Amino acid sequence: MDTTITTGEEENVWGGGNRPLGASYGKLMMWFFLVSDALTFSGFLAAYGFSRFKFMETWPIADEVFTHFPGFHGVDAPMYYVAFMTFVLIMSSVTMVLAVDAGHKMKKNAVTWYMFATIIGGAMFVGSQAWEWATFIQGDFGALETKGGRILQFVDSDTGKRAAIADFSSVIPDDRVEHEKKNGIWYYNEKALPSYSINEVTQGFQENLNIVIRTEVLNEEGEKTILTREESLQKIKSAVMVVEGANLVRNEYGSRLFADFFFFITGFHGFHVFSGVMINLIIFFNVVIGTYEKRGHYEMVEKVGLYWHFVDLVWVFVFTFFYLV
Amino acid sequence: MAEGHKLEIFRGLVKFKSNTQKIWGVLAFLTLITVVEVAFGIIKPAILTGTYILGMKLLNWIFIILTLVKAYYIAWDFMHLRDEKSALRRAIVWTPIFLVMYLVFILLVEADYIHNIYKDGFVTWNF
Repeated sequence: MDTTITTGEEENVWGGGNRPLGASYGKLMMWFFLVSDALTFSGFLAAYGFSRFKFMETWPIADEVFTHFPGFHGVDAPMYYVAFMTFVLIMSSVTMVLAVDAGHKMKKNAVTWYMFATIIGGAMFVGSQAWEWATFIQGDFGALETKGGRILQFVDSDTGKRAAIADFSSVIPDDRVEHEKKNGIWYYNEKALPSYSINEVTQGFQENLNIVIRTEVLNEEGEKTILTREESLQKIKSAVMVVEGANLVRNEYGSRLFADFFFFITGFHGFHVFSGVMINLIIFFNVVIGTYEKRGHYEMVEKVGLYWHFVDLVWVFVFTFFYLV
Repeated sequence: MAEGHKLEIFRGLVKFKSNTQKIWGVLAFLTLITVVEVAFGIIKPAILTGTYILGMKLLNWIFIILTLVKAYYIAWDFMHLRDEKSALRRAIVWTPIFLVMYLVFILLVEADYIHNIYKDGFVTWNF
């Protein structure tokens, strides 16, 4: 049965309507697109691997970055939320394949409900990703950046837990306020000032004897190096600015490229999920108004299903290379 | 094509009665793998993080292999590659695999070289 020969001598080879490899034109083209899209994603992930190998000893540890779960503030929950997101996407893949299966049996109602469930699952995933981004951008502990662009984080040496700069920084009365456009006619907005100035963090650090610095460098156990108090006092002198949260230029988690790749890869994937939801919606309405019932087959559902499973497939890799490895 | 589904997974070890049943079976398997991955990611057993194979932690190899297993079942059962003609399947699967392995090999070797330059060379970057 596994042959590539098309039988059916009644067809004119150049007249269209052939099904090379036993797949219809639309399905074949969808596969072509998916192969090329897979190569695009592979390019991104390979570039991520390149940067990670390049900064092997200083790359941030993902499960120390993504530790939040909605509704559980302050609870250390590494990766639980992203595991949940993965499950949501796999689940919506299942409802999609059930829709395709129902389509083969020409069960319009079943296709409608399964498509609906798929759309809900996709929307949940995109929403979760938006939340993940917001948490990542906001940051939680704050850090200092050195002249060389390295990140210095803080640890409470009594408990061994991360210390937020808000916990120990002293407040120095200062009349430096953020300039806003409404207060001047010839200046535009300046960049947002950090909650604490570098002087406030430094002074607070000197006053709180239990705070030590955690550098980006990974030790032999694969954990971040924590300096002694003396080394920390020496190290903080090289700090030049306060970093809170993440943007495309710098982030409090460590290597700058980490945040860049995070935004770029999960963003590109999230865009795929978003467009997938939109395409699913169109197909959903077509199912509802009976377009495929009239056409006599539900192959469009199958083609869109291929795209939707592909999005799931890519996420499996993004999940591994961004969060697990 | 509804009647053309191949209902066996694990090389015939498990055979399902209907396509719907197979879908739920594959979901259970994929969920199990994800749970195992996350559990390993949180516990990080010392024996797996301490052992290195080809310059990479054994734990990371396990993650990558489990990912490929998941990808296989998504492509084969959800995307129905199992039911397609073998020529189509090979064209779809081996083309990206060849190109990606080629790209990854080149980029990672080059990255490792740059890493060594940063480490042993005269460029100060960690200050």
